[in-house]
Amino acid sequence: MILFRVENLIKYFGGLAAVNNVSFEVQKGEIFGLIGPNGSGKTTIFNLISSYHPVSSGKIYFNDQDITAYKTHKVCKSGIGRTFQVVKPLGRLSVLDNVIAAAFAKVRTKHEARDLALETLEFCELAHRKDVIAKSLSIGERKRLEITRAMATKPKLLLLDETAAGLNPSELDAAIDLILKIRDRGVTIIIVEHIMKVIMTISDRIHAINFGQTIAQGTPKEVADNPAVIEAYLGEEYAHR
Amino acid sequence: MEVFLQTLVAGILKGGLYSLIGMGMSMIMGVMKIINLAHGQLMMVAMYVTFACFHFLGLDPYLGLFVAMPALFLLGCLIQKYTLNPLMEVESILPENQVLMTVGIGMVLTEIARFIFTSDYKSVQTSYSGATFFIGETSFSVALVIAFFIAVLFTLIMFWFLTKTDIGRSIRATAQDKDAALLMGVDSKRITIITFGLGSALVAAAGTLLLPVYYLFPDIGGPFTRKAFVITILGGLGSTVGAIFGGITLGLAEAFGATYIGMAFDDMIGLIIFILVLLFLPGGFKRLTKI
Amino acid sequence: MKKYAPFVLLAILIAFPLVVQNSYYQHLLILVLMWVVIGSGWNMIAGYTGQVSFGDAAFFGTGAYTAGLIASKLGLSAWWGMAFGGFTAMAVAFPFGWICFRLRGAYFALASLALNEICRHIATIWEDLTEGMAGILIMPTFLSKIPYYYIALALAVLSVVMVQIVMNSKWGYYFLSIREDQDAAESLGIDTHHYKMISLNIAAFLTGMAGSLFMNYMGFIDPEVVFSLHDISIMAILVGIVGGVGTVYGPVVGAFVMVAVHEFFRTGFFGFFKGLAGLTGSEFLIVVAKYIGQAHVLGFGILVVVVILVLPNGIVGDWNKIIRKLVPMKNKGVAT
Repeated sequence: MILFRVENLIKYFGGLAAVNNVSFEVQKGEIFGLIGPNGSGKTTIFNLISSYHPVSSGKIYFNDQDITAYKTHKVCKSGIGRTFQVVKPLGRLSVLDNVIAAAFAKVRTKHEARDLALETLEFCELAHRKDVIAKSLSIGERKRLEITRAMATKPKLLLLDETAAGLNPSELDAAIDLILKIRDRGVTIIIVEHIMKVIMTISDRIHAINFGQTIAQGTPKEVADNPAVIEAYLGEEYAHR
Repeated sequence: MEVFLQTLVAGILKGGLYSLIGMGMSMIMGVMKIINLAHGQLMMVAMYVTFACFHFLGLDPYLGLFVAMPALFLLGCLIQKYTLNPLMEVESILPENQVLMTVGIGMVLTEIARFIFTSDYKSVQTSYSGATFFIGETSFSVALVIAFFIAVLFTLIMFWFLTKTDIGRSIRATAQDKDAALLMGVDSKRITIITFGLGSALVAAAGTLLLPVYYLFPDIGGPFTRKAFVITILGGLGSTVGAIFGGITLGLAEAFGATYIGMAFDDMIGLIIFILVLLFLPGGFKRLTKI
Repeated sequence: MKKYAPFVLLAILIAFPLVVQNSYYQHLLILVLMWVVIGSGWNMIAGYTGQVSFGDAAFFGTGAYTAGLIASKLGLSAWWGMAFGGFTAMAVAFPFGWICFRLRGAYFALASLALNEICRHIATIWEDLTEGMAGILIMPTFLSKIPYYYIALALAVLSVVMVQIVMNSKWGYYFLSIREDQDAAESLGIDTHHYKMISLNIAAFLTGMAGSLFMNYMGFIDPEVVFSLHDISIMAILVGIVGGVGTVYGPVVGAFVMVAVHEFFRTGFFGFFKGLAGLTGSEFLIVVAKYIGQAHVLGFGILVVVVILVLPNGIVGDWNKIIRKLVPMKNKGVAT
C-alpha cells in the first residue's frame, strides 16, 4: 500500500531549480532512503514536504490526501514527523519538557502528555537523561532527542534528516538499532543520509538524486551498482580513498 | 499645482536628509542584525555638539560637521565596544536585549543632554537660515538645498567606501554572512565597532545639516528614531539602497501629509506608512528592487 | 520553605493595610500590585513566548481610557471599565498581532513601539472623544485607599495564578517552544501564529485591566501619562527583566524593586539630598536635589543598561549567579 508519494516536485530558488521534477512513492512500513551528493536537494525535498518552503509546482500526497498546501504544523498533525539536519533542541527546556511539548500534538492534558513523553523517552532510550537541560546534551544525544520528539507526535511517517552525521561508531550502531526499532513499530521512514553504511544496511529502497533530479531508484544493491550513481556520488567519494 | 510643486520640492529635500539617517541605521542593521533605537538620540547629541560649537566658539554649523561627525564616530564606537559587544557573551533568554540596550542608551543620552542644556528649545540662527531662492514660482530654502547636496555627497562617498575599500568590503561581507566573513579572517568585533561608528557619524551629519533650519531640544531624538526605523523598514531591513528610497518616500509622504491632511498628523504619517508596509509590502522596497 | 513563600507573602500583603495606616505606603503598595499585573502580562508575551513588546502602554492606555470614557461619556461608574478594559485592550491587540506575527525578526518589537506611539497620537488628536491633552478626570469612589488596595491585590493574585496555570498547561509548553525555536515548534505541530496570538491577548487583557484600575484609582489620565513610552512601556520591560524573565514570581519581585527605584529617584533619594541641603544650607545640594527629582528617566536608562549587562535574566532568573557572586567563600569551599 502506498502511504506517501510526491509527484513532479519542483522548487526554484531564484532562477535555480533546487529540486527538479522529482517523483517517488513510499510503501507503508518501509524504510525509504534518499541519497545524493551535497547540495543535491535532499534537505530541500524534506523542507518542501514539511512546508518550510512552498513548492514551485508538483503535488505531495499522504494517505491519498493532497497535503501540498498544508502549513508546517498541520503537516505534523496529519502524521508526518521530522528531524532536522542541524538539530533544533528547545535549548533551555529539559529533555522531558522538550518531549512533553511534542506530545501535546496528540493528547490534551498535561498528565497524558507527560505519560506519553516518558514512554517515548523510554522507547528511544533517552529516559536516563530526562532532567538534563537540552542544550547541555552531547551531539549524539541531541540527534536522539530530535527523533524522540518527532516520535512523541505519534507520526505514521518519519522524515529523518542526516540522523547519523557526526556520531561515533558505537552511537552509529545505536542509531541504526533505533531506526529499525521505530520501523518495527509500524512507522514508515524516509531517511536522508550521507553515511553509506547506514543507508545501505537499513533501507528497503533507495532513491538517488543529483542536481535536484532523479538519477536512479531501486534496492540498495541496484542503486549502488548504477553507473550514474557511482559517477555522481559514490565515484567521487571512492576516488578520494 | 504651485502648492504641489512646492510640496514636492520640500519633500525631496527633506528626503535627502532622511536617507542619510536611514543609511546609518541600515548599515548597523545589516551588520549587527539589530535595530538601533538610539539612532535619533545620537543625532540629537550631534546637534548639541554643533550647537555648542556655534554658541561658544562661533563655529559655522557646516564647519561643525568636522567636529560633530568625528565626535559621534567616537561615541558610536564606544557604545558598540562597551555596551553592545559585551552583550554577545551574556547568556540571556530574550533575543531582543541588544535592541533594549539601545533604548536604554537613548534614554541616558537624552537625559544627559537635558542636564547640560535644559529642556529649552535652542536654535542656530545663521545668515542663511531663513534665506530662500526661487526657480519659477517654487521657493528653495538655501540651507536645505546645501544640506541635500552634502547628503548626496556623503551617500556617494559611502558607496565608494563600501565597494572599494577593504574595510567597506569587510562590512558588506559581515552583513551578508557573519560566519563566513569570520572564516575569511574578518575581525567581526572590530567591524561592528567601525560600523556603529560610521552609522553614528552619518546620522550626525544629518543632524548637523538639519540644525540651521530646525530647532533643538533633548526629546527630539525619539521622533527621529521612529523616522529612522520607518525608513529602514520601508527600505527592507539592512538594505543601503533601500534606505535611500525609504528616506525619500518618507520625506515626500510627510511633506504631502502636512500640506494636504494637516500639521497635527506630521508624526503619524511615518507610523501609518509603517503599518501599510507591514501589511502590503513586508520586506520593504528590497523585495521590489532585489538590491 | 520555598513552597510556602508565596502564601506567606500573600498573608503579609493581606494584613498590610490593617497594620500600616500610612496612606503613602499604602499608595506605593497599590502601585506595586498594579505593576505585578502589568509585569505578569509582559512576562507572558516576552519572557515566556519570546516576543518582546516595547509597547505595553498601548494596552494599558486603552484599558485606562475605556474606564475613563465609560465614566465621562456614558455616565456610568468607571468600575465598569474593569469589566471591559481587558477586552478593549484585546481588541487592540488582536489586529495588531494578526499583522505582525506573520513576520519574524525584529518586526514585532518595532511594531509594538509604533503601536504605542499611534495610540498616544490618536488619544491626543481625537479631542472629541478623549478630550486630548486635557485628559479625563473622574471623582474617586472611595476616600480611603484600602478598597483600592484589596482590588489591586485581587487582580495581582489573579494574574499570578493565571500565569501559573497557563504555564502548566499545553499553552505554556507551546509558548516556551516558540520562544526556544520557532522552526522546531512548527515541526512539532504547533501553530506558532495562533499561540503567539493567544499569548499576546492574555498579556493585553491583564495590562488593560491594570489600566482600568489605574483610571479608577488615580482619578485622572491624559495621553502623556497612560501612553507613556518611558513610564509605562519601558517600566513594564524593567519590571519583567529585573524580577526575572520567564519566571512566575519574577514580576512580583520586579514590581517591588522598580516601584522602589522609581520612588527613590522621584523623591530625590527619599529626600536625602533635600534634607542634607536643609541641614548644611548648601546651594549646590539644593540644585542636586532638584535635578535628581527630575532624573528618574536617566536613572531608568542607566538601570536598563546595567540590568541587561549584569542581570539579563533578572533577580529570580539569575539568582544562582548572584549568590555565587555575593558568596565567594562558599564557592571556594566547594572547589577545594
